[in-house]
Amino acid sequence: MKADPRGVLTGIHFIDGDHACCEGALAAGARFAAGYPITPSTEVVERFASRVPTVGGSFIQMEDELAASITLQGGVWGGAKAFTVTSGPGFSLMMEHIGYAAMTETPCVFVDVQRGGPSTGLPTLPAQADMMQARWGSHGDYEIIALCPNSPQECFDLTIKAFNLAEEFRVPVMFMMDEVVGHMTEKVVIPSADEIEVTPRKHTRKSVEDYLAYGTNGDMVPEMAHAGEGYKFHITGLTHDERGYPNMTPQTQDKLVKRLQNKVRAAADRICLFEEDRLEGADVVVVSYGITSRVAQRAIDLARDRGLRVGKLRLITAWPFPDKKIAELASQIKAFVVPELNLGQMVREVERAAAGLAKTIAVPHAGGGVHNPDEILNAIVEASR
Amino acid sequence: MIVLLGLGDQVAKGRVSIVVERCKACGFCVEFCPTHVLALSSAFNSKGYHPPHVVHPEKCSGCDLCGMYCPDFAIYGTKAAEARIAESKTDEAKPAKPAGGTQ
Amino acid sequence: MNVLDETVNPVEPFLRTDRMPHIWCPGCGIGTTVNSFARALIESKVDLDSLALVSGIGCTGRVAGYVKLDSFHTTHGRAIPFATGLKLANPKLNVVVYSGDGDLSAIGGNHLIHAARRNIDLKVICVNNLIYAMTGGQTAPTTPGHATTSTNPYGTFEPAFNLPHLLDASGAVYVARWTTFHVRQLSRSISEAFQKKGFSFIEVISPCPTLYQRRNKMGDGLDTMKYYKEKSKIKHGAPTSEVGLTLNGEIIVGKFVDRDRPDYQSMMRAQYVESLGDRYVEEPAECACSDC
Repeated sequence: MKADPRGVLTGIHFIDGDHACCEGALAAGARFAAGYPITPSTEVVERFASRVPTVGGSFIQMEDELAASITLQGGVWGGAKAFTVTSGPGFSLMMEHIGYAAMTETPCVFVDVQRGGPSTGLPTLPAQADMMQARWGSHGDYEIIALCPNSPQECFDLTIKAFNLAEEFRVPVMFMMDEVVGHMTEKVVIPSADEIEVTPRKHTRKSVEDYLAYGTNGDMVPEMAHAGEGYKFHITGLTHDERGYPNMTPQTQDKLVKRLQNKVRAAADRICLFEEDRLEGADVVVVSYGITSRVAQRAIDLARDRGLRVGKLRLITAWPFPDKKIAELASQIKAFVVPELNLGQMVREVERAAAGLAKTIAVPHAGGGVHNPDEILNAIVEASR
Repeated sequence: MIVLLGLGDQVAKGRVSIVVERCKACGFCVEFCPTHVLALSSAFNSKGYHPPHVVHPEKCSGCDLCGMYCPDFAIYGTKAAEARIAESKTDEAKPAKPAGGTQ
Repeated sequence: MNVLDETVNPVEPFLRTDRMPHIWCPGCGIGTTVNSFARALIESKVDLDSLALVSGIGCTGRVAGYVKLDSFHTTHGRAIPFATGLKLANPKLNVVVYSGDGDLSAIGGNHLIHAARRNIDLKVICVNNLIYAMTGGQTAPTTPGHATTSTNPYGTFEPAFNLPHLLDASGAVYVARWTTFHVRQLSRSISEAFQKKGFSFIEVISPCPTLYQRRNKMGDGLDTMKYYKEKSKIKHGAPTSEVGLTLNGEIIVGKFVDRDRPDYQSMMRAQYVESLGDRYVEEPAECACSDC
């Protein structure tokens, strides 16, 4: 369905990534957010607090991230599209509730504007060191989807995508920004509402008698109901059966957890978005995401000027990881070069998926700034030998 | 699943209904019945608990304190008038299950 | 004349009967509180379709799974923020939080005081069995001094929270305490809470015969109920600073706080109307579904 025009600030803007993300959320139909301040993410909800009273909906600043991360889920079950924003230390606090969202299949978006870590780290400086945490941060087996914008424009466009994926698959979606993308100001074009495609909540049409909170019609994603509609359903974080009732047996566990995994993995081809350029005939492919992809572009251009055959694969979806694409490339190229603002996270995935068919060269960075393009260029040159 | 263990006669103002299989023999109903209608029986339910039984049906007022105290939702009292309305809805009298029997 | 009984236990329509019998121990008082709750719902004529019940983790947390309502069994300590989200997204909901003393006042303590401060319109029923029961009987912030628990095997030595005092100080508009002996008074308090807008907190002292009572040689559930009957003193309006509990001591019960102040959503609305006037849009234009 089309976006609700009341939330769409159509026009050409000059805003930073944080602000663009907020506009994306509003355009996607988010009408509830619960937040807690943390640099460099706070502007997202500050803008939401300022905008939402004239759009419809509400914002509440909670007493901590533990509260924010579950209050937004109460908002979802009350009928709204909802999200929260945070950075490293808050992301860590939110982990239990990310798991709760995964287990209860609560569609929602968690925005992490990554900064230097670990711990308090570098509150005002970038990093990309929460990528593995986004995937594995909560306990137990579950799947999430993670998106990595590399510009304020993408902060707008991909936030809408994040909400749409959350509703389609009933998962928490991790929106992995970084401090530079969040605080860089660029042109952001917001189209008119009828040009924006928005995925509605998968609300049940079944009668009260027939509805099962976690009944699946073979498509792995159950239909939802909201509190207050008379369905009198039960939701729990305990391992549960199709009725939503706790059923703590290995059989129920197997069935439930595998479905939670498969509902995303089976659609991985459709979910995985990446930007590719001149992969055909490349010797080296640079795999990057977020702000690093823009620095990497410079390095790729310099390498191509030297006559090197360098392809580019920019991850827009980091999770699920595009295993197939990497495996396919690995059989055709010499090496992957993977620059990241961390000491080696997504590079491990590249290496795993490449299965030894191509070399994988990491270009790590402890965070606090962006790479010098020469660091990446040197790695490309090395890899091309 | 309801076993009727005591039907008041013309004098009793109420009667008790007991869901034997839910009872865990905590003794609240026996203790807090204001007119001491109940006692724990020597029968067993399938979990091995002694459910209560009615020893003084004529004293039951239908106050439902037993029902309010019961943590297992295994007993409740109703006023006889309600019971008579319920009776009039049945087409014919059905035989009661044996007292103290399991379901 | 014997007939098959066609009367129904008043609590029965509120139960997920396909999940009976429940897991609570013999002599545990949680089920007793549910009876009072059910009768309060009947008495107050609350619309069950717009009632949501949220619980945390623990023995009392299991209430959510046994009541036939829109019910949410959330994470430990976080029932109140979840309930806040429900209420803000759908202000027409009547939201009850039903959870235990450890869940609400230890891990959930921060959320408890902030929700009371904000006067979020929630009805909180706190079943206080003075222990962490589900996990095997550890010390809770409400465990009276010198009690024996699994994490204080030589006796506790910490002062316990006086929950009515804490909630009074935090700004709750309705604060009451009963025990599981006071079934009718508890029901009445819950009904009164449903008539109020704002943060209501009702503490119910309840036995945990398997752990708290057994480890402290206090008998079983019935012995504890008799103790409640004997040692409770009803003191409506008592200063909350004076209602702390001690091991085997007197239990002051009653309605301690009943005051009025605007609830969170009224204050939010008033502020936005004042600042934004006509520009304020209160309800979302449409909910998340494409058709409602």
